[in-house]
Amino acid sequence: MIDITLEPANDESVKVGRPFHEGEIDTTHGPILYLEDVSVSFDGFRALNKLSLYIDDGELRCLIGPNGAGKTTLMDVITGKTRPDTGAVFFGQTIDLLKMDEASIAEAGICRKFQKPSVFEQLSVFENLELALKANKKVWSTLLYRLNSEELDKIDHVLKTIGLSELNRQRAGALSHGQKQWLEIGMLLMQEPKVMLVDEPVAGMTHQEIDRTAELLSSLKGERSIVVVEHDMEFVRSIANKVTVLHEGSVLTEGTMDEVQNDPRVIQVYLGE
Amino acid sequence: MKSLLFSHDKTGVVVLALIAGVTLIVPLFNLIFPVDSPLHFSAYTVSLLGKYLTFALVGLSLDLVWGYCGILVLGQGAFFALGGYAMGMYLMRQIGTRGVYADPLLPDFMVFLNWKELPWYWFGFDHFWFAMLMVMLVPGLLAFVFGWLAFRSRVTGVYLSIITQALTYALMLAFFRNEMGFGGNNGLTDFKDILGFNIQSEAVRLTLLFLSGSILIAAFLFSRWLVNTKLGRVVTAIRDQESRVRFLGYRVEMFKLWLFVFSAMLAGIAGALYVPQVGIINPSEFSPLNSLEIVVWVAMGGRGSLYGAIIGAVLVNFSKTVLTGLMPEIWLFSLGAAFILVTVLLPDGIAGLLRKRREAEA
Repeated sequence: MIDITLEPANDESVKVGRPFHEGEIDTTHGPILYLEDVSVSFDGFRALNKLSLYIDDGELRCLIGPNGAGKTTLMDVITGKTRPDTGAVFFGQTIDLLKMDEASIAEAGICRKFQKPSVFEQLSVFENLELALKANKKVWSTLLYRLNSEELDKIDHVLKTIGLSELNRQRAGALSHGQKQWLEIGMLLMQEPKVMLVDEPVAGMTHQEIDRTAELLSSLKGERSIVVVEHDMEFVRSIANKVTVLHEGSVLTEGTMDEVQNDPRVIQVYLGE
Repeated sequence: MKSLLFSHDKTGVVVLALIAGVTLIVPLFNLIFPVDSPLHFSAYTVSLLGKYLTFALVGLSLDLVWGYCGILVLGQGAFFALGGYAMGMYLMRQIGTRGVYADPLLPDFMVFLNWKELPWYWFGFDHFWFAMLMVMLVPGLLAFVFGWLAFRSRVTGVYLSIITQALTYALMLAFFRNEMGFGGNNGLTDFKDILGFNIQSEAVRLTLLFLSGSILIAAFLFSRWLVNTKLGRVVTAIRDQESRVRFLGYRVEMFKLWLFVFSAMLAGIAGALYVPQVGIINPSEFSPLNSLEIVVWVAMGGRGSLYGAIIGAVLVNFSKTVLTGLMPEIWLFSLGAAFILVTVLLPDGIAGLLRKRREAEA
């Protein structure tokens, strides 16, 4: 296991959950996301049970596991939607995510795609990306905000990446299911995240769409860490270097897809006795 | 800029032109034509039109928070009434020694209650500028405190609506009490002057009508601009998917809070324009029924279009004037029936109907 120091350095700016240097995340020890001994209970049901997980900077990690294994709860904990009962969650070595709310976590660079495509249906494709754009998101700056040409280029670039350039004026509600999923991935890209959490990106997609999504996600790793939760094993095999299997709220095993698939415990969990 | 404001919104331009027409033509005709001419508007009509315009303004203020941000406020009347009271307090101070008791310092109702001195919260209301500041600050501050507590604790939906309803009800009960120092039951009335001019005079009535119309137009244009900014799009996004907006890094509660405060201030201004035109403000303006009526205007006119709220407010109040004149007992029944019909048949209200018709033509 990697040796990490969870105690923040003796610096005032660190204690409130801010990075050392504005916008800089300390990944000198390798991982960008640390989860240690995280437990969450809902009315007695243990959704996460002393879960420990480390995500390296720049890697693409897939999380698999049967229903109720705690995959979505894990994302809720990282993004601030759910507070764990115990445990520590750090972004880099210095940013304590448990002290931050959803908005500041997103601003710090952790973005999330939801299981159900959640784009803003009343707004156009372009406007959806505009809202996601990394910018000052305070009320007054938003009121007086005007896109500059650099930002327009960026939106164009993301539109090309997700293949929706032609549809940029269309209302997002009129997109197909797959296009909505891509738009949401595009919205994550607009935020220039350090970590992208992607919950079931290919659910309900056709084969061609799945292939395109696999290409898209693979092309995005490196610059940022990507955590993908997915049920579709073929898809997971096509993108992942490393797979983590969750079961009953904790990590069952980790490894390459082949290692994981041949692990008897995994087979047992998936197929039952 | 102009094209951005109006390109999708021809009906809005028509509504705007109608308001501008009323605002200009009524005072102009009354200046040109003599009192006995049929083209001379009576004092009653002038006040009535002015009143409709202030209702349109409060409808507009509700549409901003409800139609665009999805916050169903069932207590918008409270902000309207608070603005009205601030104006009423100024008008009370202008009565001076012309009250029944001719007390140089205290309004009649305080003399009647045997009060010896003016309560501290009446200080400053001798000055017009101070009263006008309070017209916006008091509703704004109440909205700020209430919104800060409610939005930060993420109270939404029906719960928030009920709390706003309770808020206006509580204020009504408070203002009914004589010891509050706002005239109790009777409220504030018997106004004489505004800025030294006789409040009953035709010139003042016409000026108030003109002001109501101009402020409504200004508020409409500003709101139109507001909802077309990035902030407007964030607010719409909050209405449709609140939690998603949070994960984009926006502080949802702050957006709701400032929109709510702005809306409350607009409602306060509407109340302040209303009071001198009807000559009275009393606690019944806080009654939950009043706030519900505002919701009905906006629902019937059509949410999320701004002009719909104006159409709804004027149309419903015009029907109210006509019907309560003809058969007062059926007014509430017909309002209820109309509301149900609109909800079932025209969920997007009159504005939605107009939009559909325009789309069908295009």
